Amino acid sequence: MTSATSSTTVTRADFFAPTIGKRLAYVGVLAYVVYAAATLGLSLERVQAGLGHGARFLAGFFPPNFTETDIIPGLLESLQIAFLSSLIGTALAIPVAVLAARNMMPAAVSSAARLLIAFCRSFHPVIIAIIAVKAVGFGALAGIIALTFASIGFVGKLLAEAIEEISKKQIEAVRATGASFMSVIAFGVVPQVMNRFIGFVAYETDSNLRNSTMVGVVGAGGIGGTLFSAFQRFDYAFVAGIIICIIGLVMIGEVLQLYVKRVFR
Amino acid sequence: MTTAKSEMQRWIRFTPAQRMARFAVFFVMAAAIAWALKTIEIIPEFLYDAPEQVVDMGTRMWPIDWAHFAPVVWPALIETLHIAAMATILGLIMGIPVGFLAARNATPFVWVNLIAKFILVATRSISTLIWALFFVAMFGPGPLAGALAIAFHSIGFIGKMFSEGVEEANKGSIEALQAAGATRMQQILMGYWPQVKPTFWSVALFRWDINVRESAVLGLVGAGGIGMALNAAIDLIQWQRVALILFTIFIVVIIIEAVVTQIRKRVI
Repeated sequence: MTSATSSTTVTRADFFAPTIGKRLAYVGVLAYVVYAAATLGLSLERVQAGLGHGARFLAGFFPPNFTETDIIPGLLESLQIAFLSSLIGTALAIPVAVLAARNMMPAAVSSAARLLIAFCRSFHPVIIAIIAVKAVGFGALAGIIALTFASIGFVGKLLAEAIEEISKKQIEAVRATGASFMSVIAFGVVPQVMNRFIGFVAYETDSNLRNSTMVGVVGAGGIGGTLFSAFQRFDYAFVAGIIICIIGLVMIGEVLQLYVKRVFR
Repeated sequence: MTTAKSEMQRWIRFTPAQRMARFAVFFVMAAAIAWALKTIEIIPEFLYDAPEQVVDMGTRMWPIDWAHFAPVVWPALIETLHIAAMATILGLIMGIPVGFLAARNATPFVWVNLIAKFILVATRSISTLIWALFFVAMFGPGPLAGALAIAFHSIGFIGKMFSEGVEEANKGSIEALQAAGATRMQQILMGYWPQVKPTFWSVALFRWDINVRESAVLGLVGAGGIGMALNAAIDLIQWQRVALILFTIFIVVIIIEAVVTQIRKRVI
């Protein structure tokens, strides 16, 4: 019996073998990567030279320099930009989201509000910051304007989706009592979306905090400006110090965001 | 007696601790806003002047300079799309291993988890523009620096989403593989990977969508793409061209969002 089993070779179907279509897709992706790498001007000596520069950078980072007094005011200004743009952006996003929710408004109104949200979302905050710097000059105001747009787009979109998912029954019950539109919003919609809304606001504040460290690169206030000027005068130790501070700030922001979400679950 | 009982069982929605936590959150929010309003430095003239300036800029953007599209904006746009795609692929290649290392069930070593999580947070907190500054200084100006910048910034997002997906994976099939004597690599490839494949595709698509938006700003620090054309037009005060580029970005982003939504509906 043992000799019988050893003489027959067992062939099994390989369930993990890729199909023809998948193989073609892999080849396609690989061909694209090669082509795109060529257009990006990737070459071996360039990479080697770059790695050499990179090693010098990293050497320049140590020891990080925290002593200069520019870091704290820059970080505080970034915080101010983040808080104020979150406040203004959220305040503006609420009416926009109500207008954009298809179950609350006629199609004409909601599609117009959706276009506004798409407009706010499609531009990176830095692009809006450049335009804002040209319009209102250098400083924190331009940063606030830029991040306000971003907040309207993000909170507006998610809140509109949250409003569209609510239960119709409570709305009808409130409406049946003869409530006005504002009362329907206050007693039918708000209780159903409040917790998710606070989650969005916490997330958006966190994301604004992150972006507020960046808009300074184009002159819109905050720590980014300090970082950019340190970079331009090749003060890499100071650059490293600023980056470590930014990472610390963002980590604190993330922890606070998770805490707020847990409280309002 | 019944009244006393109903008095005792009065329903209160939150426990005192919950109410305290909620109050604390609102209080801190209000205090932060008040502090920011009180201390922020805004030049009042700039603020009063702003609406007038914005209207002025709007009028100078019209009519849009369509003739600029074919020679300059189209090639820059194609470069932007290449940057975004390459950055997404590179970001996935770098982010997924870190994501596996950060997942507590796939990598049961607390120290490795913590280091991986720190890498995820650190790469995410350094914004694309700052990464781009580094890579421009390393590899010279051009799209290569841009693709690397976005790829490194994406590691954090991709790794975080991925490690969350891995942590939600069903334990049963992993234990079956362990019982059969599979190595850790085999567990990952045959146990975790099939389970997190949908997460992989949704993260890849989502990040690609974000990366197109991100790659539009890289040109500001010389890292290629449509941002370079935007920067040139702004520096030369050609607002009609600025309007054209902004319009192009808007349309492309909307198209890509529609494509991603469609793929998501059909495939995932």
